[in-house]
Amino acid sequence: MGMIRIDNLSKTFTTGDGVIPALENIQLAIEEGEFVSIVGPSGCGKSTLMMCVAGLLEASAGSVTVGTTRVSGPFTQVGIVFQEALLLDWRTVLGNVLFQIEMRGLDPKAYESRARELLDRVGLGGFERKYPWELSGGMRQRVAICRALIHDPPLLLMDEPFGALDTLTRDQMNVDLLRLCAETGKTALFITHSIAEAVFLSDRVIVMTPRPGRVIADLPIAFADPRRLSLRATPQFAEQESRIYSIFRSIGVLRDE
Amino acid sequence: MSPSKRRRDAAITAWVYPTIACVGFLLLWQLVVVVTQLKRFVLPQPLQVLERGFVSLDLLLANTPPTVLAIALGFGGAVAVGVPLAVLMVASRALESSVYPLLVGSQGVPKVALAPVLVVWFGFGVLPKVIMAMLIAFFPIVINTAVGLRSIDPNYLHLARSMGAPAWRTYTRLLLPSALPQIFAGLKVAMALAIVGAIVGEMVGANSGLGYLLVVANGNMDMALVFAVLVWLVLVSLVLVGFIDLTERLAIPWSRNTRSRNLVQVQG
Repeated sequence: MGMIRIDNLSKTFTTGDGVIPALENIQLAIEEGEFVSIVGPSGCGKSTLMMCVAGLLEASAGSVTVGTTRVSGPFTQVGIVFQEALLLDWRTVLGNVLFQIEMRGLDPKAYESRARELLDRVGLGGFERKYPWELSGGMRQRVAICRALIHDPPLLLMDEPFGALDTLTRDQMNVDLLRLCAETGKTALFITHSIAEAVFLSDRVIVMTPRPGRVIADLPIAFADPRRLSLRATPQFAEQESRIYSIFRSIGVLRDE
Repeated sequence: MSPSKRRRDAAITAWVYPTIACVGFLLLWQLVVVVTQLKRFVLPQPLQVLERGFVSLDLLLANTPPTVLAIALGFGGAVAVGVPLAVLMVASRALESSVYPLLVGSQGVPKVALAPVLVVWFGFGVLPKVIMAMLIAFFPIVINTAVGLRSIDPNYLHLARSMGAPAWRTYTRLLLPSALPQIFAGLKVAMALAIVGAIVGEMVGANSGLGYLLVVANGNMDMALVFAVLVWLVLVSLVLVGFIDLTERLAIPWSRNTRSRNLVQVQG
């Protein structure tokens, strides 16, 4: 019994060139409070998998259950962060965070202090009145994360949220995200193509094959909390990474020559 | 570049360049008339036009309100019908596939040809001019609004759905605001076209208005007055389109269009 149960999920797309299988028999359970990353080569369907969990794409076969709800149609007890921050240029930072609340028909006034507190926690205190175009890429993504958390959803879905950021910003975002997830106890599904990022952030790393995407490995990552950036320089960390690299090598995603 | 030099450069581009261009155009005009020795009733000299305009300033002023009224009502009507229609077309595939061919097909009809018909139907009052202006201004508003609504990154819509927002809220809080830059581009084209529509309407059948004044002056072979009215119309258009421009800058300061205004120009 997990928080998320993905049962025999398959997804095919019908295009002009015929039927393309994107996901094949995905079997996966994620416990409450777990941080799970999905890594795989681009085009392996990891984003498709996230969209199926969010109910934004319909599964071709199999099912997704979150808590006690079988997902059919958009699942709303969730916060989503995409690779692009997807902020609204006509709203201030605060207004962008409260967008989530307004779209749900809730009273933004009641959530304003919580929004300010969240922004404060991600280091954006004092930026409430700025507009998105006045922010750096990392700051914009922080706003997007606050928007995904403002309604306190049990589940956080992230699709390569730091993929467009520079390495330094990305490292800092990793540390901050870990802290935020630990503090709030969210269940998180994190899509990435960075093996280091996946190992650093996750309680478990799911490795997927090229299309049609299948789960080829499910690796628990047991590092003590709180994890610091220095962890990435340890032999244990390198060992976890190389386990995943060798899986990719074994299925031909990576070749040494 | 120092701030004071930048300000001076901005002043030059704002005033000196347009003035040079206008004066150059007027000199060329004067030169053509002098060299070809055209008669005043064929092509008057710029100064003669200016003089005629001053003499008949009260005539110009008296005939401006009916024309501006027709333009404003026609433009307003086109916005009031065009924007909701675009929203409905984007929201409903059935409506789009039924309305879109009609809409595009109707653009094949020269709307100027409808002006006499409108006079027959609605007489010599302001109504046929309003309808004329509306018919011409309508198309760019619908097309630009529809394109604007559709050009949003689909992930925004995924986000909206995950927030459980009903369709109307997605339109009012997400789609319509994000389409505003394109809507304003359509409004500017529409305003320029509404002016043409109102003038054409007045030329076909009216007893007041700048288009009517054009026809009367032309009938009297008073070319200086014809050109004076045309110059006056240019000024009126500048004010009306400038009004949309100003509204745009005030309404959507966040627009890339507004922000990149000063950056897209080639240096030098």
